[in-house]
Amino acid sequence: MPRADLLNASVRGAEGAPAIVFVHGFGCGQHMWRHVAPSFEVDHRVVLLDLPGSGDADPSTYDPERHATLDGYRDDLAALLDELGLTSVALVGHSVSGMIGVLLQIARPDLVGRLVLVTPSARYIDEGSYVGGHSEADITELLDLMSRNHLGWQDPLATMVAGSPDSEAHGELDQAFCRTRPEVAAEFAAVTFRGDNRADLPLVSVPTLVLQSSDDVIAPEAAGEYVRDAIPGAAYEVVETRGHCPHLTAPEATTAAITRFLRA
Amino acid sequence: MTSPDDLFELAPCGYALVGEDGVIERANAEFRRIVARSTEELEGVATLASLLSTGGRIYAETHLRPVLAHDGEVREVSLDLVRPDSTRVPVLFNADVTSGTAATGMAFRVVVVETRERHRYEQDLRAATSRAEQSTREAVALATALQKTLIPPAPPEIPSLNVAATYRPAGDGSVVGGDFYDIFQVGAADWWVVLGDVSGKGIRAATVTSFVRHTVRALSIDHPDPADLLHRLDRAMHLDGTEHYCTLVLARLTRTDTGWTMCLSLAGHPPALLRRPDGQVSELGVLGTPVGLIDEPRFETVHQHLTDEVVTFYTDGVTEARARGELYGEDRLHGLLRSLPHDVDTIAEQLAVAALRHQGEVAVDDIAVLAFTPSA
Repeated sequence: MPRADLLNASVRGAEGAPAIVFVHGFGCGQHMWRHVAPSFEVDHRVVLLDLPGSGDADPSTYDPERHATLDGYRDDLAALLDELGLTSVALVGHSVSGMIGVLLQIARPDLVGRLVLVTPSARYIDEGSYVGGHSEADITELLDLMSRNHLGWQDPLATMVAGSPDSEAHGELDQAFCRTRPEVAAEFAAVTFRGDNRADLPLVSVPTLVLQSSDDVIAPEAAGEYVRDAIPGAAYEVVETRGHCPHLTAPEATTAAITRFLRA
Repeated sequence: MTSPDDLFELAPCGYALVGEDGVIERANAEFRRIVARSTEELEGVATLASLLSTGGRIYAETHLRPVLAHDGEVREVSLDLVRPDSTRVPVLFNADVTSGTAATGMAFRVVVVETRERHRYEQDLRAATSRAEQSTREAVALATALQKTLIPPAPPEIPSLNVAATYRPAGDGSVVGGDFYDIFQVGAADWWVVLGDVSGKGIRAATVTSFVRHTVRALSIDHPDPADLLHRLDRAMHLDGTEHYCTLVLARLTRTDTGWTMCLSLAGHPPALLRRPDGQVSELGVLGTPVGLIDEPRFETVHQHLTDEVVTFYTDGVTEARARGELYGEDRLHGLLRSLPHDVDTIAEQLAVAALRHQGEVAVDDIAVLAFTPSA
């Protein structure tokens, strides 16, 4: 199966136009971009995908060893863009996927021409004078919650053992928007929130926009400002909104900020 | 007449209304009890987020809020509410949106049920699951380690004899199979070549494999005739009391001035294949009975002088490879052997490749192939 199908990827919009790739962060999948991505189809080829282990990506794409670091996700993105024949894309990465975008730009400068980092953080856990906003204990508690919650995910093996899946229940599961497989989600959470990409930021060599939310419990302003200061020449915009997902809570301001940056 | 108190204030679950600004507007008695706060400390003052741990806030932000925005509700979410003294109360959490959007802020109704008992039970289940997973990982690692001890990584260097071997475990390699081979020296010009297949799979079969291999080595010192050795091995297996049996092809090779002399015996195993440089293929050996299976076994030794023939031993993982029920079979095997170059490496490799290809690249049974020929 082509990688694009495995990662539930789609390419929409103007043929031959510059490509913009939206990569969702930790939690849920590509539907997170539903209020932002469509408006770019007028003058872009818009690529959406689900990362391995998230959304409707094929379960076979997730490998606990390969995805024990962000490099595994980076390589998946590189392989997808190679398969789609896209180069110099504008990559919009939310949260941890901002860091995946950073790693991709460094490893494959031919693939990424511009970076938009939506509510990024290079390190979530406080260290010395660095403010990530969280303690190790906070993250441990998060991982515990991840392993306690399924949000509609059901182990296909467990279903097989129990007998033929109840078709009604099955249809209900298929509609689950943010179903998460507990082990995978906990592993993704660990990679995300225990990571430290501060040393990678100075190696970014393309125009970059840091989009900060004005009231974000996950990536506080100090974390966003750190990313801005560490990436050479990075632009910085604050979206007035509450929460970690401005593309959900302030889609118009988010779209406008990305558009301004791409035209600059 | 049911009073409003019965419906809200005295409901046997925690019940709260949260406004679009995230602040709790009303909370009933059970909700106040769970979070150990008074009406004054909650209503119009505390946000729902402030009652969560930091980990809980991250989870709410990355998962619950997006689901609420998309579906208008979340159900059966396992969360911890935090009391002023920092103790956690595990709850099951349902919410549905009453007004607003992700962009404006969402007002919602919240119901929480304390789940201390269930939480403890689920913790036990999770611990049991994780122990089971750990055991599985260890079993796979053990199988792999055991497998490695049973399969010599590469045939030894033997003067005047070219040897090649291929081994492909069944499935994903996580189960120890019963195929093995062994090549060892007993005198200045004397070598034994053994290839066998123990019935069954798994650790029990593997211990039999190990037993057979080491017994053959021990017996080879005093029993130069392969059929004689098989009789002794058969007796040893009966004494051991195992329910597994084993098929074997066993040969003693002696270097001479003009090549090698081979004495060969089969224990219920497919015959050896002799390929001449012109491509002609013939079978060698008298079938015999598997060792460890019946009370009156029969083994017979045949003798063959080798000058330039390639001798091939294989297990039934080659001939019994199936494509939609159709066996790969001896005819295909002989045909393939005729068509290949007269070279042990190519033959050992290509036989395994063909058997794998025949069954769609996933081996149902182990595949072992050993090929050797006199060299200058």
